[in-house]
Amino acid sequence: MTAIETSALKPADRPRRRGVNLEKWGWIYMRASGVVLIVLIFGHLFMNLMVGDGVKAIDFGFVGGKWADPFWQWWDVLMLWLALIHGANGMRTIVNDYTSPGVVQKVLKGALFAAAAVLIILGTLVVFTFEPCPVGAPADLLPSFCAA
Amino acid sequence: MPETSAGTLTAPATPAKQKPGGTLYRGREGMWSWVLHRITGVAIFFFLLVHILDTALVRVSPEAYNAVIGTYQTPIMGLGEVALVGAIVFHAFNGLRIILVDFWAWATRHQKLLFWIVIALWVVTMLAFTPRHLINVFSH
Repeated sequence: MTAIETSALKPADRPRRRGVNLEKWGWIYMRASGVVLIVLIFGHLFMNLMVGDGVKAIDFGFVGGKWADPFWQWWDVLMLWLALIHGANGMRTIVNDYTSPGVVQKVLKGALFAAAAVLIILGTLVVFTFEPCPVGAPADLLPSFCAA
Repeated sequence: MPETSAGTLTAPATPAKQKPGGTLYRGREGMWSWVLHRITGVAIFFFLLVHILDTALVRVSPEAYNAVIGTYQTPIMGLGEVALVGAIVFHAFNGLRIILVDFWAWATRHQKLLFWIVIALWVVTMLAFTPRHLINVFSH
């Protein structure tokens, strides 16, 4: 009986939980990152699929030419972080919707977190440690500036 | 008893516009935008996982990267890229619709109209993208 009375309280009368409301910041993050990602991903798709010969022009030399410019390095790294966190958090919402609290839910969320963390670290390292002119590689596979 | 009383609740005539579509949950623009947002979101997420791994091959060797990116240039994958871009464009425009509905009372009242605007913008964007992309994939 007391439990029913407690839950019948209006939200404003319930004791407020102290500290940061992570769900609220997650909600804000989805909207803020979403707007930025529209610019980043539409720009990415335009540069890689619409300009010139589109997807047919993409190879090692194309990537090397792009990442020779810090502008595109930072574009891609920002896209990587925002998109993976946005995607993993969206998947977390779906896991919350279709599973009950328990071991399965914990495993699924752990897998999402691990996948996002590993790929963010891997992707960031790849962009910033990329070697456009690896020693011993055939020159015709490399960006044109390697010959100089 | 609770079942019958719940059943009678729906008995009073409701305007045709308020009726759920068939046996579907709600079943109108609001539901379909939500369903499509989920499906496109999950699809994009799994593509993103693969796309980071394939791009990471630039750190292995030029040959390894070119071999994998070459598969993106085949006709079947070219069609898959149209589907991928279609999913991304819908998710992007519908995401903007969600933000408008969240923050702007006018948009909340007109969310159905906004759904059809999203569809119209999607059609226009895909008409700009698809022919150019397919020409790149199927020629050269």
